[in-house]
Amino acid sequence: MDQVLQAMQERVRAAAAAKTPLAIAGGGTKAFYGNAPSGAAFDVRAYRGIVDYEPTELVVTVRAGTPLAELETQLAEKNQMLPFEPPHFGDAATVGGAIAAGLAGPRRMAAGAVRDFVLGARLLDGRGQVLSFGGRVMKNVAGYDVSRALAGSLGTLGVIVEVSLKVLPRAVAEQSLLFELNEAAAVQRVNEWGGQPLPISATAWFDGQLYVRLSGAAAGVQAAHAKMGGTPVPESALLWAELREQAHDFFQADGGTLWRIAVPPATGPLDLGATLVEWNGGQRWVWSAQPAAALRARVEAAGGHATQFRGGDRRATFHPLPPALAAIHRRLKAEFDPAGIFNPGRMYPES
Amino acid sequence: MLAERIPLEGTGAVDHARQRAVVAALRTFLPDHCILWREEDTRPYECDGLTLYRQLPMVVALPETEEQVARIARTCFDLNVPIVPRGAGTGLSGGALPHGQGVLLSLAKFNRIVRIDPLARTAVVQPGVRNSAISEAVVHLGLYYAPDPSSQIACTIGGNIAENSGGVHCLKYGLTLQNVLRVRGVTVDGDIVEVGSEAPDAAGYDLLSLVVGSEGMLLVITEATVKLVPKPLKQQVIMASFDDVEVGGDAVAAVIAAGIIPAGMEMMDKPATAAVEPFVKAGYDLNAAAILLVESDGTPEEVSEEIERMKAVLDTSGATQLRVSQSEPERLRFWAGRKAAFPAVGRISPDYYCMDGTIPRKRLGEVLKAIAAMEGKYRLRCANVFHAGDGNLHPLIMFDANDPDSVVRAEEFGFEILELSIAVGGTVTGEHGVGVEKINQMCRQFDAATLESFFAVKRAFDPPGLLNPGKAIPTLNRCAEYGKMRVHAGELKFPDLPRF
Repeated sequence: MDQVLQAMQERVRAAAAAKTPLAIAGGGTKAFYGNAPSGAAFDVRAYRGIVDYEPTELVVTVRAGTPLAELETQLAEKNQMLPFEPPHFGDAATVGGAIAAGLAGPRRMAAGAVRDFVLGARLLDGRGQVLSFGGRVMKNVAGYDVSRALAGSLGTLGVIVEVSLKVLPRAVAEQSLLFELNEAAAVQRVNEWGGQPLPISATAWFDGQLYVRLSGAAAGVQAAHAKMGGTPVPESALLWAELREQAHDFFQADGGTLWRIAVPPATGPLDLGATLVEWNGGQRWVWSAQPAAALRARVEAAGGHATQFRGGDRRATFHPLPPALAAIHRRLKAEFDPAGIFNPGRMYPES
Repeated sequence: MLAERIPLEGTGAVDHARQRAVVAALRTFLPDHCILWREEDTRPYECDGLTLYRQLPMVVALPETEEQVARIARTCFDLNVPIVPRGAGTGLSGGALPHGQGVLLSLAKFNRIVRIDPLARTAVVQPGVRNSAISEAVVHLGLYYAPDPSSQIACTIGGNIAENSGGVHCLKYGLTLQNVLRVRGVTVDGDIVEVGSEAPDAAGYDLLSLVVGSEGMLLVITEATVKLVPKPLKQQVIMASFDDVEVGGDAVAAVIAAGIIPAGMEMMDKPATAAVEPFVKAGYDLNAAAILLVESDGTPEEVSEEIERMKAVLDTSGATQLRVSQSEPERLRFWAGRKAAFPAVGRISPDYYCMDGTIPRKRLGEVLKAIAAMEGKYRLRCANVFHAGDGNLHPLIMFDANDPDSVVRAEEFGFEILELSIAVGGTVTGEHGVGVEKINQMCRQFDAATLESFFAVKRAFDPPGLLNPGKAIPTLNRCAEYGKMRVHAGELKFPDLPRF
């Protein structure tokens, strides 16, 4: 077995024997996310490189320490992409970190979530074993889909050491449109469009303006523009990149707490504070000074959950789980990481 | 049956004393018409779509409310009785094979569409709702439910979720997992939980990924929210002929390399077209070694543009003939042959055995050649239909169930295909599930530590192991037995060498 991986296994076994927690780290670009990390830093970037990339199979297998930008460059050379458009939040972002964080970008509602593109994964578990889930093929229902469940698990179940991802061709044509609408009308409108065969690949609303990105065949994009109206937005790639990376002015506020709110997309305005709406209404960024409990109660009543994304007290960043689900979480964590060494408390106090 | 050569859990005669005790416990809250236990009543439940395996259940329960499902779970938990959930019973891998000391829990009465939300494009459905009934209920809204397994007129959404069913359009539209937002279910001890969400995601681990495709081993599903998508304005299909299957396989790769994701891309080999053509008269080119159906969908503008691009690629990839459907009836006729492939093979052979391996597409040519060689080895014919876009191969092995030797050869043939699928980097099941059928091959696909971690997942949801026990994940003991059995079956290095 690879020496780098072997060294990682030994480190895990030693930590498990001594019950000393490890804070799994890639490029550190998402260290702000979730509950505060604790434990000895465990840098996993040395295990890197693209293992296999066959563009015509639409699958890439990559070691988790590989820089995300490096993977995206390789895919772009073959005119392909990671359809979930993961945010980097810094040049040092790694593939493993992107999967573990489970965050998707503007294309989420059109293409799918991170987990939808995970076909397989190798996981270094809390016993120091390397487990192999899923595979490198599009369709695979052998065994539980643990590889997909690793997306968003924040390293609490083990160290993701390799992933196989489904990739897709980049669109031939892209065009962004601007509409002047208030929040309620914008959410209504994008959901009405969602029920029609239109090539919408992203939507974002803030400050009275709705931006819609169309992606697909050139003729299809043109026809959709003609049907929908709106003002063409030049150089819109920058706008979507700024939204994805939270480099947009909206995200630059000083102090306060930035909440990520996920609700059923057609939900009306929540009126919780300054809001930026993405994903057809399904993802809302809110700067709010409301107490966490009150804000969460409001979001839960709307059928969603609220994550304290940036700022604030980092002990309870994720929405509390109902007791029966919390019990399943605890048992999963204990099965994969019996000594409780991986990123303890990063998601919930018990996991 | 081969899997039964190593005893399966839950086979054998019903223990009548235990049966009386369980029936009595269920009767305290279930009406009499919801409990079956006499052999003549339970016999119809002895198998699912994989009829090679049969087992009488101890009791059949047909609850009508979620509250009843929860109480059944609680009762079985207290009495330590296994539960096997069942939908329409169309599964092809024996996932709903009853447990002889267990309760078969039929969700057949959960057949209501609870709510349709046109703006959110979602439907809340009970698990016993048929797959195609969802699309029929929303046709007036211009929406449909995308996954279309070929059994879609009969199979239910609960079963689709349990198996993570696919169909011919999943390259573009995804599997069941990508089309189900939320699942509500009952845990082994009778709690009610929801995984996933009508929001884009839910807090905590993505348990929906684990539940979808879990073959009834983690939760009993009582309700789901599914995603509805707009019906494309236009669909058109190209039928391309190839005089060599490998050239056809390369053409599939060329379409994808050109940056096109067709709505469907299906291949049939010559034995398959020969079987269906007299039956459906689709107009297939019977001289071709393989035909490829490539579909485009979307707005009229998108489809015209994409069809032209597809034609150009197929033309330069060695297609000997190209036909583009010119009308909706013609498009449906081109597809009719593909959709009727299984019954058509059933017409020319007393029985057929459908395999489900998925392989990296580039290995298609060599895998088809190996399958052709196996036809001689096992003295059985085989027709191949192939979800070419996503590498999911369905060899249909023709045999005669009345001839025990032919049954054994068919199974050996199938298992050799599955092991070949693993060897070329694929999987034993793309969309039909492991069930009991492929449980032994799981020993080949996964190492011991990974198999043990599957049990760990099961324990996290179902600590006593009462939900559909003995399916999908082989014990390490079974794998050891299977290893020995394969040695006896002739995988020794020098099988003719006398051994004492």
